[in-house]
Amino acid sequence: MRLGGRLRGVAPLARKLIDVAVSGVDDWMTGKLGEEFNARLARVPLNLTATGIDEFGLDPAWTKYALASAAFLHRKYFRTEIFGRENVPAGRVLLIANHSGQIPIDAALIGASMFMDVEPPRFMRAMVDKWTQTLPFVSLLFSRVGQVVGVPENAKRLLESEEALLVFPEGSRGIAKSFDKRYQLCEFGLGFMRLALETNTPIVPVSVVGGEEQYVSFGNFDSLAKLLRIPSLPILPQLLLPFGVLPLPTRYRITFGEPMRFEGDPDDDDAIIEEKVFAVKATIQSMLNRGLKARKSIFF
Amino acid sequence: MASAPHDRRPSSQPPSSLRAPALPRGEGTILVTGACGRLGKHVVRVQHRERRVIGVDRRPFPDKPKDVVHEQLDIRRKKLKDVFRAEPIEAVIHLGVMHDPRASQAEHHSWNVAGFQKLLEYVAHFKVPKLVVLSSANVYGPQPDNAQFLNEDAPLLGGARFSEIRDLIEVDMLAQGFFWKHPETETVILRPVHIVGGVHNAASNFLRLPTIPTLLGFDPMVQIIHELDVVRAIGRALVPGRRGIYNVAGPEPLPLSHIVKILGKPSIPIPYTFGKAILKRLWAFRLTTFPAPELDHIRYVCMVDDRHARRELGYEPATSIEETVKSVGLESW
Repeated sequence: MRLGGRLRGVAPLARKLIDVAVSGVDDWMTGKLGEEFNARLARVPLNLTATGIDEFGLDPAWTKYALASAAFLHRKYFRTEIFGRENVPAGRVLLIANHSGQIPIDAALIGASMFMDVEPPRFMRAMVDKWTQTLPFVSLLFSRVGQVVGVPENAKRLLESEEALLVFPEGSRGIAKSFDKRYQLCEFGLGFMRLALETNTPIVPVSVVGGEEQYVSFGNFDSLAKLLRIPSLPILPQLLLPFGVLPLPTRYRITFGEPMRFEGDPDDDDAIIEEKVFAVKATIQSMLNRGLKARKSIFF
Repeated sequence: MASAPHDRRPSSQPPSSLRAPALPRGEGTILVTGACGRLGKHVVRVQHRERRVIGVDRRPFPDKPKDVVHEQLDIRRKKLKDVFRAEPIEAVIHLGVMHDPRASQAEHHSWNVAGFQKLLEYVAHFKVPKLVVLSSANVYGPQPDNAQFLNEDAPLLGGARFSEIRDLIEVDMLAQGFFWKHPETETVILRPVHIVGGVHNAASNFLRLPTIPTLLGFDPMVQIIHELDVVRAIGRALVPGRRGIYNVAGPEPLPLSHIVKILGKPSIPIPYTFGKAILKRLWAFRLTTFPAPELDHIRYVCMVDDRHARRELGYEPATSIEETVKSVGLESW
């Protein structure tokens, strides 16, 4: 009873504190990212329901903060350079990118550039692993910022409502690459191509240069990762250094390639689908190679 | 339209032994099982204005409309056959599924499955042209790897973690089997999402709690449907020519936290493992009506895609999300 009374006393105070914090963060955001950030926010095409969120649980109020932090990394920490922003079509689009860097910063930066640099600004969607749904807070955050569970039905529904969807066909194999395998694409899954054929979606190949050097991985503890039921457990010597938890401030270079359109039966044999997937993979690999050749320095 | 002029007032129906003249499709007698549940009463009240309605339930129906015939019997008994024999039945609406988490497994199974099998037997034997079965979207079950919107082909995994729901899945499966085996009967299986309103089911009871417990760090999107929208969907399913399995969703989905906000009630977030342990204990001491595995409903998504119902049945929810949420607080009668 008494506890209840006290809680009731604390609740308005907590609410006030939260309000102060929120308005503080809002001011900081405008200061750091400029008025342009808010202007772009107003122009994002959204399919909201009457309750102010979309049917996948995306809440613009949450997404704003997620994007602001991603935009901060994008502009200030990794100082990303964007090439080919005009290649992203306005309607439904599948962004197919190489995956790298031990933690999915590449996804956050592609998401930030889809909002900050591409016309019209978009809230990019990505697919997350099923096991993230069992984690408290993580599942909630992912859902509110528009990340959906990685099942084909969800992808299809998003594309049919003209969203921009990011897929890493390498999956967790790609993100956990060790340093000696950097910028060499792993095996691609075929699902994205079937999806593109089924929904008649253009594929924009995306190459991300700079992610492989943020954490230098000497290999993976595969058996331990299996034991802990996590996708991978990389060996990162830099974690021993002070502030080694932070990724190295490499400069990211993200290139959007020209849209590729494919035609055919989405239920074709793997061999036929594989050919088309190979065309995408080869495009991304050559974009990566060109990007690496053009790059003068890893950090600048 | 009707070929022979006849009086459709149910009160002037000929004595049942004489067999009523065949009415045009869509106007004949309806038999409703589970007529004394909240939903059953709603269905009876809506349908009896247009057609003759026979209610079947083992509970009494004290405030039934005058022109409704109520047969107070157990659907597992032979007596049910007499109801079918007495007059031609045009449609059977099966709402009589028991979902009392406290009842014994054996009783549950016998009532839900054996009783439904009996009913199907008579529907086939008397060549009833229409059968509407009210299943539930819970048969899919909340899972971490569910698609955001499950369609009718999704596997029925509701029983994987929560065994009490297995006989509801069995009922759904029996109805599906019947659908294929007896094409002469138009079988419609409706799978509505959480029904709220004056009904006493887990979802409504949960939202009626003075303080709503939630799981810390989880806030899944949920779909709820007003009881009268379900009645509307049943009405659409009765239209001749309609058959198949249909998910039925209410107005737009929303996060559980928004529902709590609309209700204006306090909520307490509880860590999952802690909440589960407490609920198990409370359940064991018979202090709660919520079995612990049902916590998954406030943890993972279990939402359905109702495009088929909208397109093929012409179903459309008429209650706004706000009214739907608030209906749990109103006692309708």
